[in-house]
Amino acid sequence: MKGRRRATGAAPDAAGLGRARATGFLVPGMVLILLFLVVPAAWTIYLGVTNYRLTGLAAANPEVVGLDNYTRALTDERFRSSLVLTLQFVLGSAVIGQAGLGFAIAYALRDRRGPLRRLVEGFVLLSWILPSSVVAFLWIALLDRDGGTLNALLGIPGTAWLLDHPMLSIIVFNTWRGTAFSMMLYAAALENVPRSHLETARLAGAGTWQQLRDVVFPRIRGHVLTNLLLISLWTFNDFAPFLITAGGPEQRSEILPVYVYKVALSGGELGFGAAISFVMLLINLVIALVYLRMLGRRKETA
Amino acid sequence: MSTATRTAPARTDRPAPGTAPVAVRHVLSRIGRYVFLCAVLGFFALPLLWLATAPFDETPTITASLPRFTLDNFRALLDNPYALSSLLNSVYLAAGTAVLVVTFAALAAYALSRVRVPGRDALLYGLLLLSSIVTGTATMVPLFELAFRLNLIDSRLGVILILSGGLLPAAIFILKDFMDATPTSYEESARVFGASPLQIMRHIVVPVVRPGLATVGVWAVANVWGNFLVPFLLLRGPEKAPAAVIMYTLYTEGGQADLRLLSTFSLLYSLPVALMFVFVSSRYGFRFHGGIKR
Amino acid sequence: MSAKPRHALGVLAAFTAVALAATACGDSSEPAGKDAKNITLTIAANSIVGGKNSAGAEWIEKWVIPRFVEAQKAKGVTAKVTFVPSGVDDEQYKTKIALDLRSKGGADVIALDGIWVGEFVQAGYLKPLSDVAGGEVDSWEGWSQIPETVQGLGSFEGKRYGIPLGTDGRVLYYNKKLFAQAGLPAEWQPTSWQEILDAGAKLKTLPGVTPIQINAGTAMGEATTMQGALPLLAGAGGEIYADGKWAGATQPVKDMLDFYAKVYGGGLGDPKLQQEAKGRDKSFAEFAAGKIGILAEGDYFWRSVVNPTSGIAKMADRDTTVGYALIPAKQPGAGIRGQDFVSMSGGGVRVLNPHSKFPSQAWELLSFMHSAEGVKAELAGEKRITARTDVNKEVLAGDPMLSFITEKVLPVTAYRPPLAVYPQVSVALQEATAAAASGTSADQAAAAYQKKVEGIVGGPGNVTS
Repeated sequence: MKGRRRATGAAPDAAGLGRARATGFLVPGMVLILLFLVVPAAWTIYLGVTNYRLTGLAAANPEVVGLDNYTRALTDERFRSSLVLTLQFVLGSAVIGQAGLGFAIAYALRDRRGPLRRLVEGFVLLSWILPSSVVAFLWIALLDRDGGTLNALLGIPGTAWLLDHPMLSIIVFNTWRGTAFSMMLYAAALENVPRSHLETARLAGAGTWQQLRDVVFPRIRGHVLTNLLLISLWTFNDFAPFLITAGGPEQRSEILPVYVYKVALSGGELGFGAAISFVMLLINLVIALVYLRMLGRRKETA
Repeated sequence: MSTATRTAPARTDRPAPGTAPVAVRHVLSRIGRYVFLCAVLGFFALPLLWLATAPFDETPTITASLPRFTLDNFRALLDNPYALSSLLNSVYLAAGTAVLVVTFAALAAYALSRVRVPGRDALLYGLLLLSSIVTGTATMVPLFELAFRLNLIDSRLGVILILSGGLLPAAIFILKDFMDATPTSYEESARVFGASPLQIMRHIVVPVVRPGLATVGVWAVANVWGNFLVPFLLLRGPEKAPAAVIMYTLYTEGGQADLRLLSTFSLLYSLPVALMFVFVSSRYGFRFHGGIKR
Repeated sequence: MSAKPRHALGVLAAFTAVALAATACGDSSEPAGKDAKNITLTIAANSIVGGKNSAGAEWIEKWVIPRFVEAQKAKGVTAKVTFVPSGVDDEQYKTKIALDLRSKGGADVIALDGIWVGEFVQAGYLKPLSDVAGGEVDSWEGWSQIPETVQGLGSFEGKRYGIPLGTDGRVLYYNKKLFAQAGLPAEWQPTSWQEILDAGAKLKTLPGVTPIQINAGTAMGEATTMQGALPLLAGAGGEIYADGKWAGATQPVKDMLDFYAKVYGGGLGDPKLQQEAKGRDKSFAEFAAGKIGILAEGDYFWRSVVNPTSGIAKMADRDTTVGYALIPAKQPGAGIRGQDFVSMSGGGVRVLNPHSKFPSQAWELLSFMHSAEGVKAELAGEKRITARTDVNKEVLAGDPMLSFITEKVLPVTAYRPPLAVYPQVSVALQEATAAAASGTSADQAAAAYQKKVEGIVGGPGNVTS
């Protein structure tokens, strides 16, 4: 990590690996990454400056069009609205939804060990582990206008959740889907908060919110930020909402990964799609830098 | 570790005048907790209901309802020539990728954690960002071309290698975090006693970070289990196709979704990952972060 | 390796090279591998046993392959023929085939949607049949049995790239029972759009009934364009692509969008249904349940949806309850080519892989699959409009609806332009219909549509307005 080093894990070469062996340990992973990640990624970035298509004249004779794809993307209204929707998606389902709910569950379960904890954790993790296509079908079945289970339970048949509230639907869906990661991370972090501190605060008459603010958060702030970074990046690139709303109705839930799919697969415009992917990467970079900045600043005040 | 915690439960038993409102607050907060947890349980269990009822229903609809119980749907699924073999294919792909990812990521994470390699953080973050491009749709032509040039088309090994490449950065990231949190004192002592680095890794480091390894393994399996695009593009013929691909072929003649087959197959498709997770978490524990308490 | 075997290998290699060169120099117009005694061929189609188009997949596996292998054996050739099924979404299948052809791999005989032929040719993935398999292609007996317009499905810029599988047509279906209740005739043939709207107004009085279902919006994808936008456009006298230019905010486009506005703005349709992911399937179920009065669909609806024996939304009384009528032009004579009635058609084709190792045998296989007996076997007793008139005459004789299509609909139908940008223009059309169906005025929707098309086709110079 940049800035202050952590107390553990940074001692130079504790196990006597030596530069040579360390490189040896790195080689297999790096070869795989170089070949199957870096090369295709670089190639895709190159495609972003061409007008390459999968079929048609531009497939046989692709031309380098320089930054045309990028200017087209940035001036395209559909791209801009997709970006706004994606940011809403990340804010709503990752930052507030998954992290918030994950923390709340971890905090509520913090001292329990019994069957209740196992049950709750079990169901939360089940929702995370099931494959996307199955989960998508389950949610379509839940939210369907005429026959959905939710409408049947609440007694309001005919409410078109997926049509009238598409963003809300996919935000709730993604919260449901991904809370497990945050929950597990916060559960482990909360274990590291010394109970004595909490007890002292409680004895001094601090309410739950004060305890959280003064004792818990300062201790786990580093973990909060790391968690937020990962789930923000994952949510930003998450394609699963396509399986539920297909970006609809009329692009009202068309987040960027869905937009790229539509451009690249349905429209066949691989050059343009690659350019959008690269723009997404740059935005991810900005988000990551913001988080790292906050993490770095946190370490200085520790 | 104070004894204050031991006396805390006893406090509520002693009715003292000034503590009455505090006791009420405690009871309320406890009730609140349980209500919250029940709501959470309901929220997470509700969508899963359909998966529990529809496969056993004679005429399943989109609504989760009490089924007219039958096991015929499973028999109908057996008639489909590719359903069961696809599950085996999924196991093969997922296991292969998980083994590859866990091994390579553990080695790389250990090296990156213990040895100060210049620019390692920037490298790791850079790779993490690049992995988002490679898992998108726009990269399918480069991936296909690459696989073609390396003669990996129509090979399950090719699928494993490509998926591993995409999963490694995040796996290394998570495992390095784990390893950073484990103190090096054990390794230093072992080194003093003359153990070689590989021995140290095998006998000291691995047991300590086992929950992390198990977690990354489960995460890798879950990712591969649900991946449709890469195996679909790279593999010819349904004999090698994993369940993720076959799931999309469960339509009727006319192209409409066959709910009986879909629900049954979804259940069978979900069971292995769920069981694997239960097994791993009971044996190794399941955590994304943290190691020994500091 | 010792020197001797290597030396021998070297001589053998040189000898082989010379022999090959000799044969190659001899007859360069002959397709490679013509006289091979051991051949392997692969067939690819978007069907799979136990899933999509299962009957077609079975026909390939159980009828085509055994018979072809037998026939080859009789000629002294050992043939290994395999079928590579898919059974996924059309878009995903198209991507996979394009990637295969791009890397010069893939099956020898490939089934495609007719509308993809043009863009595949432009990308260099396909070559004319006669270039791939030689002169015998043009002398095939089947060409005389396939009408020119249908052959067009497998042609591009005047050259043949594949053999069409069949074709279809779009009509207006109506529920005779609901018509009777609303005071409309049992034998209904509207001659103008106004008549459709008037019938809808009468059906509106029936409780719980959606008068008209004409596909709109992007959720139904190409079904919106094929069953809704394009037939209406043709009825208003417009073509989506003519003389090298794409239609922008022309008068026919505005008329078409205005019809949508009248239907959905006038309460004659269900706008929410158009937005649903499974909206088309739901419209089928609703029609079968007697909840929709008039539905614009293709003959697929008659054959496979409301079919009393094997349909996905069976109607036991289909033959007495479901009526069908030609889609009228806006007014008599206002349609394309001055027609009173219009329709749209599509269809699949089978093409040859230009990089096939055994092109002339692949052609044998292809022509065998499209022979009269092959086509009949593929039908497996089902009634469908095939590409061959001889088979149609036999098979459709007893089916009034399909004979109606071949005799009345096909002569007035039109086909989509097989160009690479067509799918995107189609999406722009779908979005325009969505706007019109949700209250935007036809002029505004048409203007927005034109802007999108200009962006797609490379500038206003390629767009008529």
